[in-house]
Amino acid sequence: MKRSFFIVAVILLSVTAANAQKLYTKNGLIGFFSSTKMEDIKADNNQVLCVLNTQTGELQFSLHNKGFHFAKALMEEHFNENYIESTKFPKSTFKGTVADISKIDLSKDGTYPVKVTGDLTMHGVTKSVAAAGNITVKGGKATASSKFMVKLADYNIAIPGAVKNNIAESIEINVNCTLDQKM
Amino acid sequence: MHLRKIFFIAAVFSILQYSALAQDTTDIMKMLESDIEETTDYATATFKTTRLVNGHTVENVGKGVMDVKISHRFGKVNGGGYELFGLDNATMRMGFDYGITNYLMVGIGRSTYQKTYDAFFKVKLLRQSKGKRNMPLTLSYVPTIALKTLKFEDPARKNYFTSRLVFTHQLLIGRKFSEQTSLQLMPTYTHRNLVQLAAEPNDLIAIGIGGRQKLSKRISLNFEYYYQLPDYKLLNTTNSLSVGFDIETGGHVFQLHFTNSQGMSERTFITETVGDWGKGDVYFGFNISRVFTIGKNH
Repeated sequence: MKRSFFIVAVILLSVTAANAQKLYTKNGLIGFFSSTKMEDIKADNNQVLCVLNTQTGELQFSLHNKGFHFAKALMEEHFNENYIESTKFPKSTFKGTVADISKIDLSKDGTYPVKVTGDLTMHGVTKSVAAAGNITVKGGKATASSKFMVKLADYNIAIPGAVKNNIAESIEINVNCTLDQKM
Repeated sequence: MHLRKIFFIAAVFSILQYSALAQDTTDIMKMLESDIEETTDYATATFKTTRLVNGHTVENVGKGVMDVKISHRFGKVNGGGYELFGLDNATMRMGFDYGITNYLMVGIGRSTYQKTYDAFFKVKLLRQSKGKRNMPLTLSYVPTIALKTLKFEDPARKNYFTSRLVFTHQLLIGRKFSEQTSLQLMPTYTHRNLVQLAAEPNDLIAIGIGGRQKLSKRISLNFEYYYQLPDYKLLNTTNSLSVGFDIETGGHVFQLHFTNSQGMSERTFITETVGDWGKGDVYFGFNISRVFTIGKNH
């Protein structure tokens, strides 16, 4: 009776002890870049929410589309009014998983190449995305970074004929989020 | 057997624990999202550009942005085929607007109509917003000075330079009701240093009303009407009424419209309109707006 109690206690304790760390930030950086012969378009959002579950490998991002800032005021206005339609679709989100998260040792500084798959929701459309990236550990803090391409047509973002040569069909999304908080 | 039961309970418990862990990530994200939810959302792009048809909207050009404006008003449509429905005649205004900050802009222009120079500044006093800060309206103030440089009618008289000047003060009160619909009110006070007849007042008051209805993402239908108070207007003038379309492409906004006002400065279209829509005294015209970013935005 005493022995079985002891075994149960060990099992329960080992499960709760494995309670993982969730790393997060409220100020992650995600930017996008479109390059054509006519024009380069670049915008950054510095208020990205990012959560990484170091046990399950779940990785989630959430941002407000209005948080993307451009060098040209009119470009920002057109982006919100005509392209991403931020009044209809205020947020863009990503829900996915880092493969083989257990291979990352948060106590050891270093750069770990990772593969992330998940669902990207933008402009009211959800599509499956797979991307390669890095999780860089420095001083106990993890930074998730990645560069991948996204096709605008996949998310129902239409490029009008007049500016066909100014906006690339596929744009580069770059992610750089330092997960400096944990719970 | 006793042990089997215990292992079963432990297994169920650890499975429940694990699925609880899987819920955690989404819960944390939801928590973070609600944390940052209390931001102020300012209304943007209440109108597509800084002019409605002839007059100003509550929109400003951004900081460091220059807006080049070329406007034409042709002749009267009731001129008939001989005048090519007015296309044979044209007056033109060219203007340059510049954003000093996101709330303060300046502009100058010159119209061929009565050889008028105009200059203005526009300051945004209140911004429409919802969220942490609730403001139902955008409020702007636009004072304009117009200088008519036509040679004096009677050079033998004692003519004063100041007689050429007219000052207009406008409050623009606008609201973006939805993505498609915006309206604004434009109470206007005009002071003319010189009027034609003693019976005419030097201080003129008008109330403007205007709005836009988006027909598609890039095209809108605009209207603008300036009602002059009967005791505070020049004799034999009519109220300015205009209807048109805004077409936006990349960096240009094209505005095509019909108006009964021939002039394009505040003094002329608000207080000197003589056209009568009922008689067909309607001028076809257009404004072209092209923005260039020349200063730093942030």
